[in-house]
Amino acid sequence: MMDWAYLFEISLTGIASGGLYALAALAFVMVYKATRVVNIAIGEMLMAGGYLFFTFAAMWALPLWLAIPAAVLACGLLGAVIERTMIRPLLGEPPISVFMVTVGLSSVLIGLVEMVWTADQRRLPEFMPSDPIMVGDAFLAPKVFWGAVVAAVFIAAVLLVFRYWRGGVALRATASDQAAAYSVGINVPRVFSLAWVASAMLAAVSGIIVGSIGGISSSMGVFGLSVLVVVIVGGLDSVLGALVGGILIGLVEALAGAYLGGEYKLLATFVVLVVILMARPYGLFGTHEIERL
Amino acid sequence: MRIGTLKESYVADAALFDSRTQHAWLAIAAALLLLFPFMASDYWLYMACLVAINVASATGLNILTGYTGLVSLGQAAFMGLGAYTVAILQTRYGTPFLLNLLAGGVVAMLGGIVVGIPSLRVKGLYLAIATIAASFIAHFLFANFQITGGTAGLSLPPARLLGMDLDTSFRLYWLIVPVTVLMLLGAANLFRTRIGRAFIAIRDRDISAEVLGIPLLRYKLLSFGLSSFYAGIAGGLWAYFFRVVTPESFPLSMSIFFLAAIIVGGMGSILGGILGAVFMTMVPELLKLIVDLLSGGAGLAVFLSPVRLVVFGALIIGFLVFEPLGLAEIWRRVRRFFHLWPFRN
Repeated sequence: MMDWAYLFEISLTGIASGGLYALAALAFVMVYKATRVVNIAIGEMLMAGGYLFFTFAAMWALPLWLAIPAAVLACGLLGAVIERTMIRPLLGEPPISVFMVTVGLSSVLIGLVEMVWTADQRRLPEFMPSDPIMVGDAFLAPKVFWGAVVAAVFIAAVLLVFRYWRGGVALRATASDQAAAYSVGINVPRVFSLAWVASAMLAAVSGIIVGSIGGISSSMGVFGLSVLVVVIVGGLDSVLGALVGGILIGLVEALAGAYLGGEYKLLATFVVLVVILMARPYGLFGTHEIERL
Repeated sequence: MRIGTLKESYVADAALFDSRTQHAWLAIAAALLLLFPFMASDYWLYMACLVAINVASATGLNILTGYTGLVSLGQAAFMGLGAYTVAILQTRYGTPFLLNLLAGGVVAMLGGIVVGIPSLRVKGLYLAIATIAASFIAHFLFANFQITGGTAGLSLPPARLLGMDLDTSFRLYWLIVPVTVLMLLGAANLFRTRIGRAFIAIRDRDISAEVLGIPLLRYKLLSFGLSSFYAGIAGGLWAYFFRVVTPESFPLSMSIFFLAAIIVGGMGSILGGILGAVFMTMVPELLKLIVDLLSGGAGLAVFLSPVRLVVFGALIIGFLVFEPLGLAEIWRRVRRFFHLWPFRN
């Protein structure tokens, strides 16, 4: 006998947390589309955003309207530094080298966070409304709901910006053909920087939301593993894939957590990953690369 | 001074060790390995065993990633497979340890082949992520199966050889180091054969390799199998060395450690795998020493693990940016310098 109300409630939570995955996945896809770099340190950049916000809001006691933009900007700066010092020198190197640089980067970021803020779990200051949210008869945790709303707003904003803003058009042009982008006068290296900065800022936003839901700790990078699964399932270079994949993985995690137990969450997502990779090696919506000799 | 290598036959050209200087150095190295346990303290013997285990596993990963070009972040999981096989055979059936080691290698090899199956369809970074998935699934199985002892893991008795318990670093040294040396020789010889050359061809351009008549699926699976066989044996040695195996013994960070080792050492070079594994195993010890010196024994110890993470990451990044061919290339440059030494300029 299925309990439909319970299933509905779990699914709602799953979709809402899927919104967060989608936002982080968008940050990932932006870098991948523009620069073809698989940024495995995406979870750690989220973590950096969360900790920067923690520093500004809790340790320096800045007001929220100042602390959030400050954390986002600081994280953007971090993105710029990463691009300049680690990614740009490897332009033209095989993608696997760049991938491994981001593996190193994630290790460095975790170490730095543990050095500065210690490995203990921290709580972010409360800033989201805490009235319970009811959808029909189903209860939805207010933090998860508002987190999903903020994520949805940001996703919409990013999509609009990259559709109409000049820099966004340049980024999409670079993504579709680098040589052609050069030849029409687009400063491609600057587009690369732009992509990293924008991605780091988005990561900071989702880091702040994720942190205010579950607290921040130096093992927050695990969230990044789920994000990686999301982008692989959706297809590395597909914005639509990031959104669909985010919601799909959110749902799978919530259902597995509710019906099988918490330790099955990651297992379920990775099983989904393997199954989808076997069926569609480039993800659900990824571009099928044609190889030529 | 060496001014040239004059080879008169193909056999001489393909020889593993081609010059008299090399033979001399190898003899010295072998003598040092033989004498080492009689001169070193317990701590250094312990480190030597650990280094040897890591060298074996890193060499396995080098076969897969360095020579065949398939990035894997699952090496620790395959070590875990080997370690668990050894532990189960030893505690349940008490079979002789050499048999257990081989069985550990074979089980890990089968696991590697299963994980490698997607490698024909799935390439590059998608594959790397798929191996992360495999290592999580393996961790889950270790933690939730009855036979693996759940989260508490298994502890096993020492290996027995000729009625003697191999329970100290000194005794284990005589098991671990010879096995590692044997495996290194095997790996070095592999790349003089058709199979090894096929691996290299696949790394350089897999479609061209297929056009040249190399069956991709078979060779990619073979590479996965061989690499995880090495990991399995290393895992088995690991099990006999630490004598307790838990699901937490083989985390993802350990796979990253091995990847870092072959990057720092030099991918696609046997010597690189050795140098990288030695270097990366010694770095934390060196850090411990430095932190101890700085703090005068207390205070800074909490910084040790984060500093370690930062240094690991920085080493990976630094080598990729500044010396992509790794320590092996530095070593080669030093050697070249001394070939011409007194007469250059």
